[in-house]
Amino acid sequence: MNLAVAEHGFLSPTGAEIAFVLIGLVVLGSALLVVTTRQVVHAALWLVVTLGGLAAEYLLLTAEFIAWVQVLIYVGAVVVLLLFGLMLTKAPIGYSEPPDSAARIPAAVVALGATATLLTVIVDAFRTAYLHLGDDTVGSTEVTGQSLFKVWVLPFEVLSVLLLAALIGAIVLSRSRSRAHSGRKD
Amino acid sequence: MSLLDVCLRLVLVLGAFLVLPLLIGQTEHKVMAHMQARVGPIYAGAFHGWAQLVADGVKFAQKEDIVPAGADRKVFKLAPAVALIPYFVVLIAIPIGPNGFVGRTIDAGIVFVLAVMGVGVLGSLMGGWASANKYSLLGGIRSAAQLMAYELPMLLAAASVAMAAGTVSLPGIVEGFEWWWLPWQAIGGMVFFTAGLAEIQRPPFDMPVADSEIIFGAYTEYSGLRFALFLLSEYAGILIVCALTTVLFLGGWHGPWSDSVGWLWTLLKIGVLAFVVIWLRVSYPRLREDQLQKLAWTVLVPLALGQLVLTGVVKVAT
Repeated sequence: MNLAVAEHGFLSPTGAEIAFVLIGLVVLGSALLVVTTRQVVHAALWLVVTLGGLAAEYLLLTAEFIAWVQVLIYVGAVVVLLLFGLMLTKAPIGYSEPPDSAARIPAAVVALGATATLLTVIVDAFRTAYLHLGDDTVGSTEVTGQSLFKVWVLPFEVLSVLLLAALIGAIVLSRSRSRAHSGRKD
Repeated sequence: MSLLDVCLRLVLVLGAFLVLPLLIGQTEHKVMAHMQARVGPIYAGAFHGWAQLVADGVKFAQKEDIVPAGADRKVFKLAPAVALIPYFVVLIAIPIGPNGFVGRTIDAGIVFVLAVMGVGVLGSLMGGWASANKYSLLGGIRSAAQLMAYELPMLLAAASVAMAAGTVSLPGIVEGFEWWWLPWQAIGGMVFFTAGLAEIQRPPFDMPVADSEIIFGAYTEYSGLRFALFLLSEYAGILIVCALTTVLFLGGWHGPWSDSVGWLWTLLKIGVLAFVVIWLRVSYPRLREDQLQKLAWTVLVPLALGQLVLTGVVKVAT
């Protein structure tokens, strides 16, 4: 990685590279706020900034399609679902007690483990890879679609089967619980 | 594309964004009034009350901007901007006429517009939660439930057009349009328009703002300019949904002499659809919450899936 940086002018970064680092800092800062703020709805709203910033990073890496899908799925659906859940549980305005302090240490261990694994894999996979940010055909929708459905079609299909299984599992779980519940009522 | 060109396009889009929603609003005042055997605004500006919304704007600007004592001030104040700005961003990507008559051509335009439109709903969620008012909270919950139910059929219907055109770029889709797409994509068009109406919470899908039961939902506590911004975002939403339906399903600028007056065709189709939106508001009673969910999951989603199958079969056969 250091080699790649040195080779491509560490001292004279382009505008896109500067923007990439700045947005990265925003993403990092808002991600820290997500886990440190004591106001649970604010955490969800900072998550919007984090995920939106990630979309901007994808955009700078020329992966336009991925960036918009990121906004569509994460900001438009996942965060809305989170907020929906928070509103249903009457999330208070103002400070609230940290939800579950007993699980803090195991959670930290899991988080650190996941970070270490991801970092190792990513650094190992993209060692000296360098992307010319000016070239915006690399990540266009057409190229993404071609590689997804020509090269990566098997993982794609396996993933969709996994998602389908999860979906059916969710339906079964919710149905069996509601049936047991109505049974108790009778 | 030079800097001047970019600025000029942005200014033009901003102009359209400020004028067209007001035009739709004034039309709504007059059309609703005449459908209900009234005359509507008649004094402001002398000729059939054309300046009514300008007068309303001046009135809103003079009013006190109140923040409730128990509210989360920052989120409360930010919410109207979050509700309005995404619509402006979407308008940049919508092609009005042929030969680059568009704010900015975006490679994955169809995904872009749907993604950014979904962000707008965060505004009413934020307003609903931050107002510290149970009616607002109910409105927020309803908004969220509605968005989650109607986003899926909307996406599926849009995906059908993208399949038909073989591209996800909005100008590309309009360029590929043929007249026989009208019957071919008719179901998808209906689903898209209905889901769009639900997404911007227009009657008969206005459960989240139902004024007679939860007093305008998320907007209960808003006053003055911030309330005006929410109202403006509603009309901007009508503009965006009509424009997207025009571009995706009604052939955008296609029509006689489309090379010279293509943009006029687009605007005309948007206008007709906006009239339909107003017409529906006057004609239909509000759907109940369970009816809303049922319509989305048991009618619109299967219809959209059926349209996808139809599109796929025709596409493979030809």
